[in-house]
Amino acid sequence: MEYGLDKRSNALKIFNTTFIIVWLLVACFPFIWTFWGSFKVRADFFSRADWWYAITAFNTLLETGGKFTTDAYSQAWTEGEFWKASRNTVIVTFFVVTISLFLGTLGAYALSRSTRNYAFWILIAALIFRAMPHITLVSGYLFPFFQLQIWGILPTTIVVLVAINQPFTLWLLYSFFKTVPKELDESALIDGCSYFQAFRHIIMPVMWPGVITAGLFSLMLAYNDFTVTALLLNQENHTMVPKIQSYLGTNQHEGNLMWAVSAVVSATAPLFMLVMFFQRQVISGLTAGAVKG
Amino acid sequence: MPNKTFFWFFLPTGLAMILFIGLPIISTGIQSFYAQHDQVVKEVKKCDPFGCTVSIVVDQEKTSKIRDEKPLGKFNGFGTYIDRNHLAVEEIGKFWNETNSFGEFVDQVTNLPFYKALIFTLTYCLFVTPNVLLLGFIIALSLNAVTRRIRGPLIFGTILPMIVTPLVGSLVLFWMIDAEGIIGANLQMLMDDPYLSLKSSKTLTWITIIIYGIWHHSPFAFVVFYAALQTVPQEPVEAAIIDGASRWQRVRHIVLPHIYPVVTFVALISLMDNFRVFEPIIGFSAEGSAQSLSWLIYDNLVNEEVILFGSAAATSMMTIVGIAILLAPVLIRTWKEFRTAR
Repeated sequence: MEYGLDKRSNALKIFNTTFIIVWLLVACFPFIWTFWGSFKVRADFFSRADWWYAITAFNTLLETGGKFTTDAYSQAWTEGEFWKASRNTVIVTFFVVTISLFLGTLGAYALSRSTRNYAFWILIAALIFRAMPHITLVSGYLFPFFQLQIWGILPTTIVVLVAINQPFTLWLLYSFFKTVPKELDESALIDGCSYFQAFRHIIMPVMWPGVITAGLFSLMLAYNDFTVTALLLNQENHTMVPKIQSYLGTNQHEGNLMWAVSAVVSATAPLFMLVMFFQRQVISGLTAGAVKG
Repeated sequence: MPNKTFFWFFLPTGLAMILFIGLPIISTGIQSFYAQHDQVVKEVKKCDPFGCTVSIVVDQEKTSKIRDEKPLGKFNGFGTYIDRNHLAVEEIGKFWNETNSFGEFVDQVTNLPFYKALIFTLTYCLFVTPNVLLLGFIIALSLNAVTRRIRGPLIFGTILPMIVTPLVGSLVLFWMIDAEGIIGANLQMLMDDPYLSLKSSKTLTWITIIIYGIWHHSPFAFVVFYAALQTVPQEPVEAAIIDGASRWQRVRHIVLPHIYPVVTFVALISLMDNFRVFEPIIGFSAEGSAQSLSWLIYDNLVNEEVILFGSAAATSMMTIVGIAILLAPVLIRTWKEFRTAR
C-alpha cells in the first residue's frame, strides 16, 4: 500500500525485505538445487560421504571427466523411454485443452445468459463435483472400464480428464462471460441472429482473454495429473508424471534415481516457461472466482 | 435464454459431467456393496512311495470361472464398511471391553488402518489450512509493500511451488531432506547424529509432509489475497492513518474485514484440496508412517494380486461423506442467500 501519508520506518523496510528474500529462497531454492544436481552423477547429488560433493562434483569428475554431465538426461530420454512419455503428455494435454475449452465455452455462455433457477443449481452441482477427490472417481471408473475393455488407452484418459476439468472451467468462464455486456449479444438477437449465430459472431471474437486463462488451467491440470493417468493408463501409454514415479519404484538400478531427477527437470521446465509468459492470466484466473464473490 | 437453447448449449458439458463424474460416484456406491470372491480351494491327494499327503490348493480354474461370471464380486451389503479395514465395528467393541484405560482404547483404535488414515488426513487439514492462510496473507502484505517495478519476478518466484504437480514438488523437497541430500546431511552434522533422518520417525515424517503442504498451498492463498489487497479502498486507510492508527490496527480493522469473504473462499478451497492429500505420501515414500484416506484407496487399486474394488469403493464413499460434511456449512449458507435473494 503506497500512500503518501504512510511513512514506513527503516526497521520495517529491512524486516520486510529480509522476509521476502527468505521466502523466495524457500520457494525457489529446491528447484534451482534440483536443476543443478541433475547435471551430476548419483554419487554426487545423493552423496553418502559428503553433501559438498554436489557442488564440487567430485564423483562426476571421476566418472565422466567433466564437472557437468548430461548422461542422466540422455539415458532417461532414450533408455528410460521418457520421449514416449512426453509424447503422450503432449497428446493428452492438447486434446484435453481443446475439448474442454470447446465444451466449457458453450456451457458457461449458456449459464451466464440464463436467468432461470436451474442455472444456479447447476453451478452449485459443479462446485460439489469440483470437491470430489479424483481418486474416488477413479475407483468408480476402473471396474466399468475393465469390463468395457477401454482401460489403458489415451482416448479414455482424455475424456475423463476433460470431464474432471469441466466444473472448474465452467466456473471460470461463467464469471468471465458475466463481465461481457449482455447488450452485445442481445442486440444481435434483436437483429434476427439465432443464439448460435450470436455466439459465433459476437461472443467468440471477444472471449479470447477468458479462454486463454481457462486453457492454461486445463493445460496445467492435464499436464500435472498423476491420479488419473497413473491408474487409467497402461505402462506403454504412461504420461510424464506416472513415468517419473515408475523411475522411483525400481531403485535397485543405479541410474534410475538420476533418471527421475532429470525427468523432473525436463517435465517442470516447459511449465515454468509457460507460466512466465502467461503469469498475468494465471493470476487473473485464480482470483476470478474469489474476488468477484 | 429459452430452455431449449440452453439445453443444446449445455448438453455436451453436462453429458461429460454426468457420465464421468455423476455415474462414477454411483458406480462407486454400487461397488462398495460387493466384495471380491474368495478363492475356491480343493484338496489334492498326493502319493509318493512314502505315503499319501492331502494338501489344500487354490483351484485356479474354478476361481477364475467364478470371477468371470460375476466380475463385480459377491454381494456383501454393508459388510465391507464395517470390516477391520474400514469402520471396524467389531474390533472397536472388543477393544472397548478389553482395554483398561481410555488412553489404551484410543491407542488401539488409532492403530486400525481406517482410523489411522482419518487421523492423519484431519491432522494434515488442521495444520496446513490455517498456516496456509496466515503465510499467504503475510506474503501478500509484504509483497504489496515492494516497489511495483520488481513485483512481477517476485510473484513468479512465489507461485512456483504451486504450479508444479504435488508429486514433483514433494520429490524435489524429499531429495533435499533425505539423509543423503543437502538439508538432511547438514542436519545430521548439526545434531551430531549420523542416524538421524527425517524419515526415521513418525512425528518427523508428519511434520515434513505438513511443511510440504504449507509450502505447496501458500502461493495460492497469496495470489488470491494479493488480488484482494488491490481492491482495498484507500480513503478509510488514509483516515485511519490521520487518526493515528498503528499499522497493525489498520490491517486488523480495515484490511481484514474488507477481504473477509475471500478468506472464507481460500479456506474452503484449501480445505477441499488438503482433504484429498495423497501424492506427497508417495513422493516422500512415507507410506510406512503416514497414510491418508486417498492413499488407502490408491493402495487398494494398485493391489498386486486382485484389485480390491469393494474395499476401495467403501473408503471412497466414506471420503465423499467427509467432503459433504466439510461442504455442508457453505452449501447451507448459499441456499439461505439464494432464498432471501428471490
